[in-house]
Amino acid sequence: MSQNLFIKCKACGGIIERKKFIENYYVCKLCGNYEALDYKKRLAMIIDPNTFGETNVYTEFCDPIKFPGYREKHESIVSKIDLNEAIVTGSGCISGQKVMVGVMDIRYMMGSMGVIVGEKVTRMFEDAEKEKLSVVMFVASGGARMQEGIFSLMQMAKTAAAVSNFSEAGGLFISVLTNPTTGGVSASFAFLGDIIIAEPRALIGFAGKRVIEQTINEKLPDYFQTSEFLFKHGYIDLIVERKRLKEVIGNILKIHSKENNKKFRQKSAAEHVSMRSDE
Amino acid sequence: MKNSNAWNKVLLARKISRFRSLDIINYIFDSFIELHGDRGIGDDKSIVGGIGLLNHQAVTIIGQQKGNTLSEMEYRRYGMTKPEGYRKSLRLMRQADKFRRPIICFIETPGAFPGVSAEENGQAEAIARNLYEMANYKVPVISVIVGEGGSGGALALGVANRVIMLENAIYSVVSPEGCASILLKDSKKAPEVAVNLKLTAGDMKNYGIIEEIISEEGEEKELFCRIKQSIERELLRCSQLDGNELKKERVKKYRDIGSDIIFSKI
Repeated sequence: MSQNLFIKCKACGGIIERKKFIENYYVCKLCGNYEALDYKKRLAMIIDPNTFGETNVYTEFCDPIKFPGYREKHESIVSKIDLNEAIVTGSGCISGQKVMVGVMDIRYMMGSMGVIVGEKVTRMFEDAEKEKLSVVMFVASGGARMQEGIFSLMQMAKTAAAVSNFSEAGGLFISVLTNPTTGGVSASFAFLGDIIIAEPRALIGFAGKRVIEQTINEKLPDYFQTSEFLFKHGYIDLIVERKRLKEVIGNILKIHSKENNKKFRQKSAAEHVSMRSDE
Repeated sequence: MKNSNAWNKVLLARKISRFRSLDIINYIFDSFIELHGDRGIGDDKSIVGGIGLLNHQAVTIIGQQKGNTLSEMEYRRYGMTKPEGYRKSLRLMRQADKFRRPIICFIETPGAFPGVSAEENGQAEAIARNLYEMANYKVPVISVIVGEGGSGGALALGVANRVIMLENAIYSVVSPEGCASILLKDSKKAPEVAVNLKLTAGDMKNYGIIEEIISEEGEEKELFCRIKQSIERELLRCSQLDGNELKKERVKKYRDIGSDIIFSKI
């Protein structure tokens, strides 16, 4: 019984009351650690109850370069968890405003991007453009999935192009970076949001810390590649505590809503206007 | 044990005495003018960029440059590009789009530079921005993979209407050493991982990732001529397409990688 009432923080090892931990959005009161959220917890925190509908469900396994051990690893993971890829996409409402939402889940191969993740992200932007919805993406990924070789690298180009098309058509993309956002995912769609939000103290960056340490031969400072580090250098718009995320995203959506953009919307979408008076 | 074909290619692609992007650029273009700087932080020497002529056709030329001597390799950072290098290339590509001239990229990098300043200056954002914008250009983009095509650092110059690979070049999401060290906890297993990663020009052609392989047989000059002819052929083909068609062709190519996967809606 006591096991159910209390849990041990994965970061500091402190004993915390489970109920309070959950009420505090899975953030440890003792050390402030943000526990990784599975997609269901994330959706429950952000999306209005009973409004989520999953899109582009795919159940097959994809092994484009027949990488040794990949299928076995996949099967071992899916036997333990309730999802078969590193992302879930769908539509739902945030404070009454309908959006396309993507949630990455690090329980599946560290949230890495292979063909299926790339395809689902791409379709999400295409669907959003068709339905004239904004996109909110919760990123959590170690990067490209090396077991899919060059195919995973190409997903970077594919998803960036998808954001590009969506964005050129006037769509709003809010990218929420959570722990971790690194490698090929940070270097593609994750950093292409119109507005980039990060959860506090998330690991965010391109190169792995070990690789950098080997290259420069010195130990890296603790704050290196954190949300706060990226914020300081101007690569993140906002660092938002988990408990305020829904409210902040809701407000951003509201400012972008049709109702609040009536007067100038059509004019700004018009073609290039010549400044010459004789034309 | 005899080296596998894949590992041999890795060694050939990395050979220090191998010709470099600048050797090719100087041989095949007329009046190449190198332009410098990203207008923000500095001028990254791992990327050479500028404008020039290819048979009276103006082009924008961008190439990663590794160098052949130790001092040049240090000066060029072994072809490992920093954010300011990608942003220099972005600036030059934007100009190419503005002046409607084709973009020719030469790729040769072990990967984007892993370092403190690169992270401070937004390496991830810089690469992402290149991918985003290259999808949009309404001019032909041709990329030639000269040697090592290392991951996102290579792809940042590789979103092209046509990707051409030299016979002994490689293209990979991760270095064989990196992959071996992460998955097998032993970077010495790189030779066997190189086979599994499917990183040769032949693999890329089979998978439809690249359009053409150029043979490296014979003298260097002959090879450079073949590269020039291949670029000329592609420019001729692209001249039949308008800006929107060029953009569409490029985007569709990447869009289709993986789209043969069929989704079943619940």
